[in-house]
Amino acid sequence: MKNREMTNKMNRKDFAQGARDGIPIALGYFAVSFTFGMAASRDGIGAFWSAFTSLLCLSSAGQFAGLDVIVAGGSFLELALTQLVINLRYLLMSFSLSAKLAGSVGSAPRFLMAHGVTDEIFAISAARDRLTPWYTWGAMSVAVPGWTAGALVGGVLGDLLPGFLLSAFGIAIYGMFLAIILPPASEDRAILVVVLAAMAFRAILTWTPGLKTISPGFAIIIVTVTVAGIAAWLHPHTEEHSS
Amino acid sequence: MNRSHLLLSILVMAGTTYLIRLLPLVLFRKEIKSPFVRSFLFYIPFACLASMTFPEILYATDYTASAIAAFAVAVFLALKKKSLPTVALAGCLTVFIVERLLVLL
Repeated sequence: MKNREMTNKMNRKDFAQGARDGIPIALGYFAVSFTFGMAASRDGIGAFWSAFTSLLCLSSAGQFAGLDVIVAGGSFLELALTQLVINLRYLLMSFSLSAKLAGSVGSAPRFLMAHGVTDEIFAISAARDRLTPWYTWGAMSVAVPGWTAGALVGGVLGDLLPGFLLSAFGIAIYGMFLAIILPPASEDRAILVVVLAAMAFRAILTWTPGLKTISPGFAIIIVTVTVAGIAAWLHPHTEEHSS
Repeated sequence: MNRSHLLLSILVMAGTTYLIRLLPLVLFRKEIKSPFVRSFLFYIPFACLASMTFPEILYATDYTASAIAAFAVAVFLALKKKSLPTVALAGCLTVFIVERLLVLL
């Protein structure tokens, strides 16, 4: 009985710590998700549906790419493949978190924490000395509402904001992508080459007559798999830490 | 847009994404050994986000000039290791300022 009480207390502590660490994440999420809500409303998808998408998907790059596919009238297969390739990094993160969890953690808690595997929540979860699902749930308890509310507010205000503000906010997601990929690229030549090669390859697919007909979703898949595959083959990444 | 098609699309996106996150957690409880697979998974986010950024960023705003300016500012700040919201907002601000100037000219 005593043991159980102690476990409960530790779980509560982990949850509270996760929630605290999740606050800055939630604020950042709100800002980025706001631009998703705006983009979705500009594409004719209402605030409710963009918030619903955000709640269920919890993935910035995946949602923006999915939006492109939906608007372009792509098939469900293309939609699923786009999500698979763009969100494949979560697979690596889940592998890593799974290795970090105690073997005694059952399947049910794993089902419940899987939804929270995002770049940022993964980063703080992986940094724990001792990871329990409660910590990740704590972070999710603030980050998921932040992400969902951002899309809702962005979707509502997106309809009201003047065009020049929409134009300015349209750049936000790309700024975020650059802030994720460039700092590691500046320190690791292989990553830099991957980044430049992917941009060049995508530019070729976008601007070459004939290749232009490839939809954005498939173009991203082709570029990502090709460039990451060649890089892994020519230059295996050996460093232990990978996030 | 057709409601039920939209709902199905969202469920396809959400289901695929959830499975990617779930399967390693419930099925594989030990580390990946293959250096190729590990490297491939490691490089994916960089290749993917880079291919989503350029050249799409050039078409994200009303004027190509404002997009190029914001692209340059964002690259500069990202290389300076500024935080995500800082880089994103600086990009927005650059677009806003450049487009106000273009309208004045």
